[in-house]
Amino acid sequence: MAYGIRLHVWGRYGLFTRPEMKVERVSYDVMTPSAARGVLEAIHWKPAIRWVIDRIHVLEPIRFQSIRRNEVGHKAPAGNIKRAMNRGDLEGLQILVDEDRQQRASTVLVAPAYVIEAHFELTAKAGAEDTEGKHLDIFNRRAARGQCFHQPCLGTREFAASFALIPPDAPLPFRDPQAETADLGFGTPRDLGFMLWDIDHAAPGRPSLFFRAGLRDGVMEVPGPDSAEVRR
Amino acid sequence: MTTLSRRHDFVLIFDVTNGNPNGDPDAGNLPRLDPETNHGLVSDVSLKRKIRNYVELARTGQDGFHIYVEEGAILNDKHRQAYVALRPDDPKAQKEPKLNPKDDAEAIRLRDFMCRNFFDVRTFGAVMSTGINCGQVKGPVQMTFASSVEPILPVEITVTRMAATNEAEKKKTAEGADGDQRSDNRTMGRKHIVPYGLYVAHGFISAKFAERTGFSDADLDLLFEALVSMFEHDRSAARGEMTTRKLVVFRHENALGNAPAHVLFDRVKIGRNVDGAFRDLDDKGLGNLAPARKFSDYMVKIDQEDLPSGVEILDLA
Repeated sequence: MAYGIRLHVWGRYGLFTRPEMKVERVSYDVMTPSAARGVLEAIHWKPAIRWVIDRIHVLEPIRFQSIRRNEVGHKAPAGNIKRAMNRGDLEGLQILVDEDRQQRASTVLVAPAYVIEAHFELTAKAGAEDTEGKHLDIFNRRAARGQCFHQPCLGTREFAASFALIPPDAPLPFRDPQAETADLGFGTPRDLGFMLWDIDHAAPGRPSLFFRAGLRDGVMEVPGPDSAEVRR
Repeated sequence: MTTLSRRHDFVLIFDVTNGNPNGDPDAGNLPRLDPETNHGLVSDVSLKRKIRNYVELARTGQDGFHIYVEEGAILNDKHRQAYVALRPDDPKAQKEPKLNPKDDAEAIRLRDFMCRNFFDVRTFGAVMSTGINCGQVKGPVQMTFASSVEPILPVEITVTRMAATNEAEKKKTAEGADGDQRSDNRTMGRKHIVPYGLYVAHGFISAKFAERTGFSDADLDLLFEALVSMFEHDRSAARGEMTTRKLVVFRHENALGNAPAHVLFDRVKIGRNVDGAFRDLDDKGLGNLAPARKFSDYMVKIDQEDLPSGVEILDLA
């Protein structure tokens, strides 16, 4: 834990889609570890490092809102693009939105705010020049200055995340005492059920990994990559 | 064309007068509302649609400015034929990918082809299913929901129509009529309007993603042009009068940025105009003030003092 970092992230909305309800999207109650990893990677990432999320602090009450939008039903078919490339002509390649429209509702989180506690590990791709101190410095410098590779988001890109680095000796951001309810696991721990831990991009078929999530005093502990708590 | 080398963040301020900026399909096309605060909302996709429509209008048929996610009929098939004629050497060059099909290299070629030809793929990205690689293009431009600066009050207006849709409807209304000619054949309809609403949207442009999709400085200018003018070409019975009132762009010296976006956004302050004086919107003393009905009821202040080094403010509208 010597190379741990803490990042405060917040936004107006968040949407951490449950994989079992992704047509009409419903968010998890709390940011998933894979979404937290995405936020950190938006600030700094190299193939030489891998972010590991340790715990996520929930700072605001968990509230939902429903938003329904007109969406497009299809992805771009690679075959059509290939044909158009070979033909050298774009005819028929575009999507006509009003003929391929789906109205989908999203159940989104309102005003989520979290503290992500994480550290990184060096991967097999790390060269001799990749020291832990160097990457930690880069991350801390960027996060403190508000620099990022791209603006991080809370689940989906329309819900942008603001972020601020919490220096090692600084206290956690203020949590409204009114948020300290059983909903966030104050008093008794709250079981959040099985939550997506991350997607295994190395394995064939890219399977999803899950863990049993719970909130205790506003904090969700995230099991490590090699832990038996991560289920396939 | 040089790709964008600096990060930008922007604040778009637009208003609506007696119109519905964005209907909510869940609420019978009522203007979108945040149910907790009654602030109005306009979805990111709604604004992106208008940008696409503007580019389609402004750059019809021009090389590299096609719109992938199109609305309505294809008007420029003819232009596309001209496009084929303009690039006679293409078929030869484009046959090469056949040598190495179905691998990442080809996926990249497909992606680049789409980015090169379609402005919206280059700007907002697109999901392309290319078999091995899921071929997702993340665009450099990211937009958030716009929300009104004060609670809005949607008003329902009932309108009538003097004609019937079909014979049966005509007969039915005739039977129920009490002889008043004017009420014969009439159908009632509903319109939802916001008397006035000032909305703010935030946007982010990542220079690093621009490198990947080839989003250039010229594309950036076109994007800003679209943000300023898009409502001018989106007139309809439902929208009322919508206008871009301000576009404040924060240009960073560095590709990764020189300051946090939320700190920069806080420099754009909107308050009520009380006899020429700026009053914060959460000022308790505003309670007796009549509701805002025009842009001059508001004041927009941009704090130019002590800008973080390497950040430049552009006031584009």
